[in-house]
Amino acid sequence: MRRATLILVPYLWLLALFLVPFLIVLKISLSDTALAIPPYTPTLDFSTGWQGFKDFWAELDLENFEFLTTDDLYWKAYLSSLKIAIIATLFTLLVGYPIAYGMANAPDHWRPTLMMLVILPFWTSFLIRVYSWMGILSNEGYLNQFLLGTGLISEPLTILNTNTAVYIGIVYTYLPFMILPIYSALERLDASLLEAAEDLGCSRLTAFWLVTVPLSKNGIIAGCFLVFIPTLGEFVIPSLLGGSKTLMIGKVLWEEFFNNRDWPVASAVAVILLLILIIPIILFQRNEQKQREIDG
Amino acid sequence: MRRLTWFNTTALTLGFAFLYLPMLILIVYSFNSSKLVTVWAGFSTKWYGELLQNEAFLNAAWVTLKVAVISSTFATVLGTMGALVLVRAGRFAGRTLFSGMIYAPLVMPEVITGLSLLLLFIGIGLDRGVFTIVLAHTTFSMCYVSVVVSSRLVSFDRSLEEAALDLGCSPMEAFRLVTLPIIAPAVISGWLLAFTLSLDDLVIASFTAGPSATTLPMKIWSSVRLGVSPEINALSTLMIGIVAIGVITASLITKRATLRQQAEERAAVKA
Repeated sequence: MRRATLILVPYLWLLALFLVPFLIVLKISLSDTALAIPPYTPTLDFSTGWQGFKDFWAELDLENFEFLTTDDLYWKAYLSSLKIAIIATLFTLLVGYPIAYGMANAPDHWRPTLMMLVILPFWTSFLIRVYSWMGILSNEGYLNQFLLGTGLISEPLTILNTNTAVYIGIVYTYLPFMILPIYSALERLDASLLEAAEDLGCSRLTAFWLVTVPLSKNGIIAGCFLVFIPTLGEFVIPSLLGGSKTLMIGKVLWEEFFNNRDWPVASAVAVILLLILIIPIILFQRNEQKQREIDG
Repeated sequence: MRRLTWFNTTALTLGFAFLYLPMLILIVYSFNSSKLVTVWAGFSTKWYGELLQNEAFLNAAWVTLKVAVISSTFATVLGTMGALVLVRAGRFAGRTLFSGMIYAPLVMPEVITGLSLLLLFIGIGLDRGVFTIVLAHTTFSMCYVSVVVSSRLVSFDRSLEEAALDLGCSPMEAFRLVTLPIIAPAVISGWLLAFTLSLDDLVIASFTAGPSATTLPMKIWSSVRLGVSPEINALSTLMIGIVAIGVITASLITKRATLRQQAEERAAVKA
């Protein structure tokens, strides 16, 4: 009895507030736009019984998905989100790996502090961390002031409201997600393996490529997925740092819903985004599973 | 072979400069007296004064705090239950669906979570406001709590609990007297995580808030969209300061607690 309560309370909560809402999105993505409240048809009316349900079912169609394929805004936005997410993930890896490496090789008594310094930004507001770059990257911003002051450039660089600013924002905000898994992989690395490689005639660099990188592979994979998955649906960064030309699907969904009030299309956009995300999520799960098996 | 080569030192210095410089600049320029944010015109705390008189910000901050405290508390209770189900309940019908529902919100894009909850609230005719934000935040943060607490539960020695049961505790007493104190650090970090997730959330709150409630991130958002402002710099500085103090204190407390626990365990083994 007690066990049943323990299971039922969180179970019912998640059913009601996670699964049902998601099924509603699925249903509305198959509905038609209407100038009414709520702005879509058909609506399910339980009082009409089985016949009503059949009529309701018959009215659902894939029209919104067809619409998404005909208007090239949408598939361009999906492709551009994928592109931005992939490139940003690679940049984050390039920036994050050396930091994780430095942390793993730092003296033991430094490491708790370094660890906390990596985690601390994660606790501070995401919005504020993105916002902090607006002042740096704008035309009159601190970066341009600095570069003009040192004489490195003579014209201010336009960075804010371009894709470059979006990449910087993503690398900055998601860096801890990349550093932590790589750090934990590197920290467990047995240093004697590297010594052995060097004894056997490897240079430090070759030893790094042949020993360190392969042994931190799972950390790299985990870090990349942890950055890639949330970046794909990102809304705040492209809206604040990106320009009108920065197309990302999270932004399109938001605008479709709030500005165009087209709920069925917004729902269809959401369904497709989830379908795209399923693949990396499954791959990520597999990687974690493998890691757990190795750890025993 | 732990050595701090020039490479490691450079990587760490540049890396941490990258992580902290933007926030440092924000903090420094929040004390700038000029309205032009990027031009330094002398030290002043006037933006803090203006902030404290800005009723809209104060109201939003109050709403946010209320939502965060209530939702993180619910999320901790539900999430701990969820973790117990994941680790302890064994097999039951629909277990796969349950663990799926615990892990899925962690990777769900916020725009989708927000959209789906909004459509639910409209579908069942629930008036949107503080209550609906609390429901939304509780739902996604309980999953984070579950993950944090279940990782602690997995490494937990069940024989301690069995001993309590053998010595005549009821299952509830055994949970309260043995299990809960041991998983407490994880439960507390779960609560803190849920609390910050709620404080921080813009997207889900924007979908589920409705016209009657505005949270602080929503307020910041609408102001930041127009560009950099000294008042937001001051507000950011306050928020960064509070978080930094909170995190550092929490980590010192947990460090002391673990040391004490280890000492007690050693003493118990000797005795």
